[in-house]
Amino acid sequence: MTEKPDANAVLNDRRLLLLSPRDNVAAARQTIAAGERILIAGQLVTVAQDIPSGHKVAVRPIAAGEKIIKYGAPIGSATRDIAPGQYVHTHNIKSDYLPTYTQRGPV
Amino acid sequence: MTTTVQGFVRADGRKGIRNILVVAYLVECAHHVARQIVAPFADQSVHLIGFPGCYPSAYAHRVLQNVCTHPNVGAVLVVALGCESFDRAGLAEAIADSGRPVATLVIQEEGGTSATVAAGRRWIAQTLPELDRVGRAEMELHELIVGTICGGSDATSGLTANPVCGRVFDMLVARGATCIFEETGELIGCEQHMASRAVTPELARLLIDSVEKAARYYTVLGHASFAPGNAEGGLSTIEEKSLGAYCKSGTAPISGLLKPGDIPSGGGLYLLDVVPDGPVRFGFPNIADNAEIVELISCGCHLILFTTGRGSVVGSAVAPVIKVCANPETYQRLADDMDVNAGRVLQGEATLDEVAAELFELVLAVAAGKQTASERLGHQEFLLGYKFFEPTPAVGAAGRCAVFAPPA
Repeated sequence: MTEKPDANAVLNDRRLLLLSPRDNVAAARQTIAAGERILIAGQLVTVAQDIPSGHKVAVRPIAAGEKIIKYGAPIGSATRDIAPGQYVHTHNIKSDYLPTYTQRGPV
Repeated sequence: MTTTVQGFVRADGRKGIRNILVVAYLVECAHHVARQIVAPFADQSVHLIGFPGCYPSAYAHRVLQNVCTHPNVGAVLVVALGCESFDRAGLAEAIADSGRPVATLVIQEEGGTSATVAAGRRWIAQTLPELDRVGRAEMELHELIVGTICGGSDATSGLTANPVCGRVFDMLVARGATCIFEETGELIGCEQHMASRAVTPELARLLIDSVEKAARYYTVLGHASFAPGNAEGGLSTIEEKSLGAYCKSGTAPISGLLKPGDIPSGGGLYLLDVVPDGPVRFGFPNIADNAEIVELISCGCHLILFTTGRGSVVGSAVAPVIKVCANPETYQRLADDMDVNAGRVLQGEATLDEVAAELFELVLAVAAGKQTASERLGHQEFLLGYKFFEPTPAVGAAGRCAVFAPPA
């Protein structure tokens, strides 16, 4: 099992931005539409739903309960298993401090 | 400085980058009258500030007094209803002691709305020529205090505008300027890293304490410093928002921890603790971004770097606000409200260092008098509410503010 994702392969997809080699999520530089294919750790993955500009994509398998790492630091924990190439947001991660609010209340 | 800044020299020796007359109301009941007084002078650097509450607040007094004696301010008209708690005589005395022209109008004594509006306008018309005669002198970078805030953040804020701001903070601090970042509630998750940048172990402890206090405060309130727009913009958690916001502070050592109204001197980077002390009271620490901008100004900030992803349009009374837009799509829609397009980094059209160099030059130009977008559009927001603070621990240094690094 590899500890680190293949950072170069991720960076070869110009639509994605990996902020730290430790990260298990990358940011989308531009909106990636559902059905488009992205290069994750050397594998082409078809995106299941739109990933808006700035939002996050998993770059390696993340197990439920595992920390989400961005900027090389934890930004919360996975609430379910997340596969590489999947959209990462409030539907599958949560804060380790305080709930996140949307206009429809806490998630 | 590559641009020469001719500061406005105040009687107390401090130098400002603007020459503003402020009209300060001391209770909401005097707000309309104060607004009417200001109306004819909208294009003449006359700004409206004030405090709405009738109950006393040492915090509000300290902040309002610091804004009235801010180096960008040259004269003050105080407008009171008459029966409110605010110590108007103490405020006017402090302003007079700073060498600024000051007058107080009490609506109940002047004879009501019309009489007070007329008297206020007369005083301003008399005082503006006096303001024009204020002395000018060259201002060095080490005399400049710059604050930063992010508002309307999205996931691009921490990728472009905030790291750009951090680089500019590093450039300013390296040249002797004083820089202040803030909002401990938006540093939750960064406390250990921040502590590693503190100039002493005592300060490291205080920095961690201040973030833990913010986390406790927001836990009691049941809501983090997190707006629904943040989530729509791709920020999933307060920690993610924090890490993005934290980039604004750059990489310089952290020299001290301030509370609203503490004015640092001697250069360096400071954290402003904006979350009240003691048990939770008076509601949310900062009900909107302008409350934090007012606190930064109360700490002496001459100008503010405001980063935004979703697209905030606010400016401020008293201190110019430079708007740095993080998101290229937002910039397309709101270009007229923005000063810098940092979203170009995301599109591969510029590097963080290139945008930082552009912002640094703009800071100097704005200090030299160039209007920002929000100034041109007439934004002069001002927001001051109730808070309670214990005096700042003066660990390791003299004075009220917790300064740990001796001035270089």
